[in-house]
Amino acid sequence: MSGIAVLIPIALFLGLGGLAAFFWSLSSGQFEDLDGAALRILIDEDKKEGEG
Amino acid sequence: MNAVTEHSEFSLPGIRCAGCIAKIEDGLARTPGITAVRVNFTTKRVAIDHRAGIGPQSLREMIGNLGFVAEPINIEAVEDSNRAESRVLLKALGVAGFAAMNIMLLSVSIWSGADGATRQMFHWLSALIAMPTVAYSGRPFFRSAWLALRHGRTNMDVPISIGVLIATALSLFETMTGGEHAYFDGAVSLIFFLLAGRYLDSAMRDRARDGADALLRQTAPGGIVLGDDQSSGWVSAGAMKPGMRLLVAAGERFAADGVVEQGESGVDRSLVTGESACVPVGIGSRVIAGTLNLVGPLTVRVTAAGPDTTIAGMARLMEAAGQGRSRYVRIADRAARYYAPAVHTLAITAFAGWMIAGAGWHQSLLIAVAVLIVTCPCALGLAVPVAQVVASGALMRRGLLVKDGSALERLAEADCVRFDKTGTLTLGRPTLIGDTIDDGWEASVALALARVSRHPLSQTLAAHLQESGVRPADIADVREIAGMGIEARCEGARVRLGKPDWAGAPVPTDEALACGFGIEGRAGHLLRFADRLRADSGDAIARLAAMGLDAVILSGDRYQAVAPVAEQLHVPAVFGMTPDDKVQAITRLGAAGRRVLMVGDGLNDGPALAAGHVSIAPSSASDVGQNAADIVFLGDSLWPVPIAVAAARRTMRIVRQNFALAIGYNILAVPLALMGLVTPLIAAIAMSTSSIIVIGNALRLTRCAR
Repeated sequence: MSGIAVLIPIALFLGLGGLAAFFWSLSSGQFEDLDGAALRILIDEDKKEGEG
Repeated sequence: MNAVTEHSEFSLPGIRCAGCIAKIEDGLARTPGITAVRVNFTTKRVAIDHRAGIGPQSLREMIGNLGFVAEPINIEAVEDSNRAESRVLLKALGVAGFAAMNIMLLSVSIWSGADGATRQMFHWLSALIAMPTVAYSGRPFFRSAWLALRHGRTNMDVPISIGVLIATALSLFETMTGGEHAYFDGAVSLIFFLLAGRYLDSAMRDRARDGADALLRQTAPGGIVLGDDQSSGWVSAGAMKPGMRLLVAAGERFAADGVVEQGESGVDRSLVTGESACVPVGIGSRVIAGTLNLVGPLTVRVTAAGPDTTIAGMARLMEAAGQGRSRYVRIADRAARYYAPAVHTLAITAFAGWMIAGAGWHQSLLIAVAVLIVTCPCALGLAVPVAQVVASGALMRRGLLVKDGSALERLAEADCVRFDKTGTLTLGRPTLIGDTIDDGWEASVALALARVSRHPLSQTLAAHLQESGVRPADIADVREIAGMGIEARCEGARVRLGKPDWAGAPVPTDEALACGFGIEGRAGHLLRFADRLRADSGDAIARLAAMGLDAVILSGDRYQAVAPVAEQLHVPAVFGMTPDDKVQAITRLGAAGRRVLMVGDGLNDGPALAAGHVSIAPSSASDVGQNAADIVFLGDSLWPVPIAVAAARRTMRIVRQNFALAIGYNILAVPLALMGLVTPLIAAIAMSTSSIIVIGNALRLTRCAR
């Protein structure tokens, strides 16, 4: 029983943490441009002159 | 530093890759006065924060200089409310997912034999998680059910809401009295499954709408207005008043209706007619807001602006025509009309029956609730959205954007089809027919000339020559001569592209569109153009006929223009119809019990598209046409129309199968529930399996658009 008393709050806390992270990412616009995010990784940050 | 920043958004239909994103963001960010640039690739838009002094016109030019076409967007557009709906559903889904997993975890240990104080504690924990979740994530269902009940109707959300609420309330009672069974897991995972279906549905519609929006050609958001003292300034379309003098450069759209006061030009009226022929205008000609000025600068006296323009009037006509469609009842709600009363009668009968049999009110109530939970239309609620999402996704890959949730249902019911001619059966733009220019050098001169002009025939010629690999020659002294064409010098010779006799080409003998190309001292060429039929119009109409949809052409064009098309396609046609005539023809068919599929593109088809039982427009359509249509297809082929009809019918077949599967499962489970044998474990297993079966069946639609 004492094990459960520790483990259940931990489990719930982790779950709530995940839920909070999901809400945060939703409100900070990370779900706005899913296709763009996949392409942005291909952009070179340190390119000198802006050519395609 | 800078006091006021403004926010502008532009649509960028032309972006394709990571390079485009980088080019626009880097290019604009380096401009002084711009504080932030962010490209959204999914919606094909760019959002710019900039100093208040920079107008939309100059931002648009900056993007133009980077090589992209940008159209300003009115940010307070309606579609934001739809996005908000998806977001609310996604949040509710997140909460329900968290709750369902945790409660399931607790439930599993109860099913595996936890009892006494442990079971009691687990029930309480489940209750603590489930109550707020039901209150939060259940809102979309409760709200829709309440709306339906208030109007004296019932829909799928009514049995869902009743089932969830009663299951939660009874489980809470059980928990407080130390009972054996609590159905929190069932209630919450039911909400989770249903929300998943509903979110997918909403997200798919957002995507289709984004795709269609990106294609839209906007009406001019404003224009340069001349003051009395010859000063000029930019005025937005909403602030324009009749009597103002509007300066419209070549290549700009008119921001208001008006009469030409000064200048000569040609106007592309494709927004209104769907046909991009160049209509000549001179002093005294009427021009319509949203059409495109092609050749020379014009000064226009505004006669009507804002809500009084022709386009706005057409929009009102469309709204009136579309009202019949808003009364359409979706198949899931039609099923619910029979399903909900049946289920509720069954539950009440079970309660009464066990009471009479002497089981006591507590056990009778438990059994009645078990019946409600087992019959709760989880699979039924998923049956329609999942099938439609999968089918819409398949259609989107074939270049068909399904904009409306009930479009596939209505399309499957269509039993006749009415086509507009120009721009729908035909391409709506001139294509070169007959002889082209064979000599390599002459072709390269012609390309150099054609590239300069905005005239549709020149642009067609330029595109045609470029496709056949011609490189433009070097020309000098290019002049555009109004009403005639373009003249230039090349290697000492005078070269002309324009009216056949002026350019030194043979004069055409018939009415076909034509232009001439001539080089001094050489024989001239006559280039003939026609608005060609879409390549597979004939096959597409034949396939529609094979599916039982009879076709008729409803055209606003003259007899001479309609007859050859009708003859070639072997389809009856009505010609010379006004937009009102078209609407009346369709409403008459509707009143006679036919369900009309309207395929059209122009502004003049807008009301007819809205009046039809279901409507399809090509992506080349005017924005009014695209807004009114339920489905928009890309490309030059008419083949997507029969594909859409076939896919819609297959989707509805799968939906009906799903209904049968869901009801079949109920027929197996209800007797168990009536006998009092359904424990929370059995309910959970039965519910998940039926949902998975329904989803699996719907996934067969991934290849429905072949």
